[in-house]
Amino acid sequence: MSVTAIPSSTLVIDNLNKSFQIDRTTIEILQDINLTIEPGEFISIIGPSGCGKSTLLRLVVGLEKEFSGSIVLGDETIKGPGLNRGMVFQESRLYPWLTVEENVTFGVGEGHSKAETRQLVKEHLELVGLANFSQAYPHQLSGGMQQRASIARALINRPQVLLLDEPFGALDAITRIYMQQEIIRIWEAEKTTILLVTHDIDEAIFLGDKVVVMSQRPATVKATIPIDLPRPRDRNSLDFLKLRKVIYSEFFSETTVPFAYSI
Amino acid sequence: MKKLGTWLKENSLALILPVLLLLVWEVAGRTGLIRATFLPKPSAMAEVLVELLASGELLHHLGTSIIRVAEGFIIGATLGVVVGVQMALVKKLRTAVSLIFGLLRPVPVIAWIPLLILWMGIDEGSKITVIAIGSFWTVLVNVVQGIRSVDKKYLEVATILEKDHKTLITKVILPAALPSIFTGVRVGIDVAWRSVVAAELIAASSGIGYMIMYARELSQIDVVLVGVLSIGFTGIIIEQLLKLLEKKLLRWNVNIHES
Repeated sequence: MSVTAIPSSTLVIDNLNKSFQIDRTTIEILQDINLTIEPGEFISIIGPSGCGKSTLLRLVVGLEKEFSGSIVLGDETIKGPGLNRGMVFQESRLYPWLTVEENVTFGVGEGHSKAETRQLVKEHLELVGLANFSQAYPHQLSGGMQQRASIARALINRPQVLLLDEPFGALDAITRIYMQQEIIRIWEAEKTTILLVTHDIDEAIFLGDKVVVMSQRPATVKATIPIDLPRPRDRNSLDFLKLRKVIYSEFFSETTVPFAYSI
Repeated sequence: MKKLGTWLKENSLALILPVLLLLVWEVAGRTGLIRATFLPKPSAMAEVLVELLASGELLHHLGTSIIRVAEGFIIGATLGVVVGVQMALVKKLRTAVSLIFGLLRPVPVIAWIPLLILWMGIDEGSKITVIAIGSFWTVLVNVVQGIRSVDKKYLEVATILEKDHKTLITKVILPAALPSIFTGVRVGIDVAWRSVVAAELIAASSGIGYMIMYARELSQIDVVLVGVLSIGFTGIIIEQLLKLLEKKLLRWNVNIHES
């Protein structure tokens, strides 16, 4: 993947710490997270469930405002939400009272004329392959199609960074594989930086330029593994399997009772 | 015609029981098992109904009551929505009014009627106020609850997209709360309809409640019964109209389609 280098949109997460107060006890969620993500990179983040990887995305998108350390996108220090970052959640979070088209239109930021907005929405519905379903209500769509609409809504302002929080976690296996191919196609078309949180090791390798493995809570970055496989990737190639083995052992190195896994 | 056919097929069970009941009642009346001065038979009541319809008396009184409900309800529900939205969104306001509202809300509407008659007499003013009070609380409670239980996930999406306060309220919070607000409206109209009859029974010079009370003074038990049942029928019609409106307004709400 050739990256059009716009150095101004490098995402630098520096010495990030985050804790929650629950019943007067402080629970450390993230500890000393340092990540530098180049523009146009696709980063997969995996980690045990509940380790705080979703919290990391919520910090980057600006939903959580209290943390120590810094998150800098280009020359902007992130303190809250902004249209230069888009996010897709595990649930599509489409508004059920709006049609697909209206939902995507809702995403458009201020300062666009009506004609521009319409054009933007049309382009993005085409991008995600939903042009024929613009008038449907979310409940009339399948789970995969709902996620497509959600991706279109997140991309509509052409954000520099797209954050995906287990976006395919609720989809069936076949749809998930199909959506993984789709997100690669969209990424190659839009050249957006993508941070994907997942608990699916195969998905992480299939999609990412790098795989960041996180530890149990409080989450630290255990390893960053570059995935130097040519795209389109073959999940069954030897190199893929070797990488999977590496990540498996990273992933489960904390487990005291080693349980059987085979590849 | 075909529509009517399928409707009958689906609802036949709902019709069988009332028809049976009417038959038994009619037979009991004709054989003298039930005295007509105690409970007139259905056929006799049907005659009275036709009479009252022909003279325009029934529709006049019903109409008067319905107009009162409409006026009072519009005032009460509008206030309920406006105050409810503010209360749901502004925590300070909610705290400020909590004690007063906690005290006033449980008061049955009927309990206000004597006071309102003293203040406004037995004319339209007191009736409309009673209805407004009754529907106000119902709508208010549902609006507050509906808005406060809007899924946080929907709000986060708007936050990420940097929507301003106004967009958040009009495009996200209110639509999300609409099913709940609508429930408030439905129950509110129900309460309004009950309140008007109660108010008219106590003191009035027109309206369906007045018609019933007047007939009681003349011991016209058939007119009383026709009056009572016509209240029920009007209730059914209002309910159906609201259901239609709800289907139109809340087309996206999957839960309604299935019921």
